[in-house]
Amino acid sequence: MKTNGRNNGGVKSNEGEAKSNGGAEPGGRAARKGVDFKADDFRVVGKPFRKVDARSKCVGATKFADDISLPRMLYCKILRSHVPHALIKSVDTSKAEALPGVLACITGKDLPVPYGILPVSQDEHPLCLDKVRFIGDPVAAVAAIDEDVAFEAMNLIEVEYEPLATVASIEEAVEVSEPRIHDYGDGGNIHKNVHLEFGDMDEGFREADVVREDIFFYEGNTHLPMEQHAAVAHYDADEKLTLWSSTQTPHYVHRALAKTLRMPAAHIRVIATPNGGGFGGKSDPFNHEVVVSELSRRTRRPVKVTLTREEVFYCHRGRHPVLMKSRIGVKRDGSITALDFQSFLDGGAYGSYGVASTFYTGALQTVTYEVPRYRFRGLRAFTNKAPCGPKRGHGTPQPRFALEVQLDKVAEELGLDPAELRLKHLVKPNTVTANYLRVGSIGLRECIEKVVEGSDWKNKYRKLPEGRGFGLACSSYICGAGLPIYWNSMPHSGVQLRLDRQGGVCVQCGSTDIGQGSDSVLAYVVAEVLGIDPFDIRVVTADTDLTPVDLGSYSSRVTLMTGNAAIQAAERARELLSSAVAEKLNVPSENLSFAERRVFDVENPEVGVTFAEAVVLAESKYGTIGTVGSYVPPRSPGRFKGAGVGPSPAYSYSAAVAEVDVDIETGIVSVPRVWVAHDIGRSINPMLVMGQVEGSIYMGLGEALMEEMVYRENRNVVHKFPSLLEYKSPTTLEMCDVITYLVEDADPNGPFGAKEVGQGPLLPVMPAIANAVYDAVGVRVDEVPITPEKVLAALRAKRQGKDPRFGPRAVPEVEWPEPLKVLTPAEGGDGKEMPRVAVHS
Amino acid sequence: MTQRQKAHIEFTLNGEPAEVAFAPHKTLLEVLREDLNLTGTKHGCELGECGTCAVLVDGRSVLSCLMLGLEAEGRRVETVEGMATDAGLHPLQETFADTGAAQCGYCTPGFLLVAKELLAQNASPTREEIKEALSGNLCRCTGYIKIYEAVELAAARMRGEEAELPRESVYGYE
Repeated sequence: MKTNGRNNGGVKSNEGEAKSNGGAEPGGRAARKGVDFKADDFRVVGKPFRKVDARSKCVGATKFADDISLPRMLYCKILRSHVPHALIKSVDTSKAEALPGVLACITGKDLPVPYGILPVSQDEHPLCLDKVRFIGDPVAAVAAIDEDVAFEAMNLIEVEYEPLATVASIEEAVEVSEPRIHDYGDGGNIHKNVHLEFGDMDEGFREADVVREDIFFYEGNTHLPMEQHAAVAHYDADEKLTLWSSTQTPHYVHRALAKTLRMPAAHIRVIATPNGGGFGGKSDPFNHEVVVSELSRRTRRPVKVTLTREEVFYCHRGRHPVLMKSRIGVKRDGSITALDFQSFLDGGAYGSYGVASTFYTGALQTVTYEVPRYRFRGLRAFTNKAPCGPKRGHGTPQPRFALEVQLDKVAEELGLDPAELRLKHLVKPNTVTANYLRVGSIGLRECIEKVVEGSDWKNKYRKLPEGRGFGLACSSYICGAGLPIYWNSMPHSGVQLRLDRQGGVCVQCGSTDIGQGSDSVLAYVVAEVLGIDPFDIRVVTADTDLTPVDLGSYSSRVTLMTGNAAIQAAERARELLSSAVAEKLNVPSENLSFAERRVFDVENPEVGVTFAEAVVLAESKYGTIGTVGSYVPPRSPGRFKGAGVGPSPAYSYSAAVAEVDVDIETGIVSVPRVWVAHDIGRSINPMLVMGQVEGSIYMGLGEALMEEMVYRENRNVVHKFPSLLEYKSPTTLEMCDVITYLVEDADPNGPFGAKEVGQGPLLPVMPAIANAVYDAVGVRVDEVPITPEKVLAALRAKRQGKDPRFGPRAVPEVEWPEPLKVLTPAEGGDGKEMPRVAVHS
Repeated sequence: MTQRQKAHIEFTLNGEPAEVAFAPHKTLLEVLREDLNLTGTKHGCELGECGTCAVLVDGRSVLSCLMLGLEAEGRRVETVEGMATDAGLHPLQETFADTGAAQCGYCTPGFLLVAKELLAQNASPTREEIKEALSGNLCRCTGYIKIYEAVELAAARMRGEEAELPRESVYGYE
């Protein structure tokens, strides 16, 4: 079947059959009971509808944050530190304030309450209070009648700094404990230091036939959304604040505003505008959001801020640079007996999501291949650089890169095919890993088989001429974090459904569409359950006044969590309508089907009412029709400290084969093609799934070959190139062909069986390319990005008879804390920390 | 505050006569967005690096962040808002929407206008020619693939062909 792009907005094009069998029965209830519905039974789910907001985006009508303009609006500019680490001795705003057209100037003293995304890292101030910690840290802000005046005023602010020594790298942070960048954390400039041990590691390595130790480095990179962050605040005459912002997490922004502005949250409304790309970069509450709110409160006028591209680089919160050491024990058949993993994260100047990032670099190594014993040590350092945080894949691309490249080396050492090695030792469905992650469905076998077959792997791997190579890697990702960011037992996602007597359906949910199509997913899911057209539905999202809380667009949680909440709300509405229609038609309500905008007797399809009539009957019987649905993830079996990161209702799986051409003269690596298979559980909309897969391969390609957030090494810690031109990202000319396979291994926890797709498919790209480079030219580049100079250096080493490798050779010597030991499930563990051995006196 | 004199220009905007007064140092991007309230034209860098602000001037794609508003005097400027007509969406707008070529949609207006310029010059561009033409526009969401497909589909339909996306573009390979 070919898709009908032109007409797919209508029910009729949707294979228009007036089905009257049980196939129209929506899968929500049953799907949650684990019944596997055939995709053919769905009317909306699995069909390539266009997004509900697609046309607005194509006519320039979508209002992004910077497109908002309000009468008497002022413009804000933020003065940022030009020194990387210093005490603020004084800030003099008098000249700025005297400039005509300036209405307000504020400094750190005006907003003294700290904030931060994680409760354990409340280490940011809207404007720096007493010290600056990186170049780009905000110091003061102005509001003026136009942008030019604001800019001029910003430059009139005088700041006196007392410079402090800087910390520019993980190694320096470990060595240099004074001066401290922050006065909290695990000592000196160590933000977080963790040590977890699952099972008897000595035993694990004793069982191994081969033990390998490899060191890897993954350079930091940034999200680079095309839209710069922007926000408009309006503190109105009734003393209520509204903030429109390009944020992925309006709920967390809401909380941060209440805290920093010392205002009741009930007086604050946060509206997340459609995000012009997020990728994790708009997941923190940001200083500029607080600053414009405060400026608006002072001036009682709307205030807008739009960051320059350079400022977006300083906002960052992107991929942590991570240095890793992986020690793996394997038997001759390739089965892993033990994995001992260390990661060192360069966190930059603030906490952000960093504690979670740290744990994520040690969490998901166990969910693809069986790892019976596992130890993880992780350290996050503070440095005087732009703060790192969550970027697409949050904390997992780095260890996944290390593990998948290491497995490639293991396969070579054992003389095994890398695909076979992986296939033989996959985690079994419905098991609990050594570190207490509950794996439900796992479609990885089929993923590997698809890319191996599709790429003709067996005839290509190790069989191509010098300069051409094939590499394979796999991965997994969470479908939503199992625990919320701040401790509470409320739902992670809420949906409210309002049905009006004209037959209109309005879905309200706090979720934020960042381009992935989450608004559309709500419409598709509700349409499926209520038997109406997704384009009949009005979707209202991301508005803290109008929509129930959804925690935000991060951790690939949105389809699974909002989808389940939406199904619940829609089923509750369906029950109300069913009972009213049953009474009217004198048909048992269980005989009623909802399809084609009708509610009818499945045994006698012509006996029925229109959907709008059904709403009227229900409203007549029950009063105003509104229902709610909510979603709370299942409880994870882990009970130890640190068990909060990694659990998820479901895990997606991906496998990729990359083809590379390596130019031996220049070291340039090009990637003509990537084959990727992704276990999506069930595609709510395959076309949108394809878009997420292709976009993931693209972003992975950029990380593999060129993207890097790098700083000058002269202790000034200046970003080398905070610009879209110099920060290299793939254009159409670098982008590879992508051959995509969707594997549908429906997961009982997913809405209609659906799992995530926004982040997972990115993860195998970098290691697949690194492995392909080795296949092509026989050198290992054990770090990303794999730039030409690194390839050339490794080729040079190879020619000189040295280790044919480019990559880090050591990790810092660190005193790790005593391990928190947990017996694995196989050892009879209960998920709790083992009692520490008592010392007898 | 310094006294400023506003510049005043007359030009053709989306097929209609337009005039506007603005501070003379403003770029065409700023004039369109701030003085004419046509916010469909976006910005990603305001330094000519990303293609997001592309508009057509006398039929040729121009980065509106690098062109002064003053330079538009007497010219024909087309923005994304001018692409749809009474007859409906431009075929490119339709295929971008229907194939998922617009994810976040922020880079979309720039891509649409550059693609329109391409199709005006070449009714049957190859995939390579499309890549070349769009190489100055960055998109972080799509990996460009759905964009190529949307351009190809629109080109085919503009040639009068009954075209649809191949099955594997929508559902993946078997």
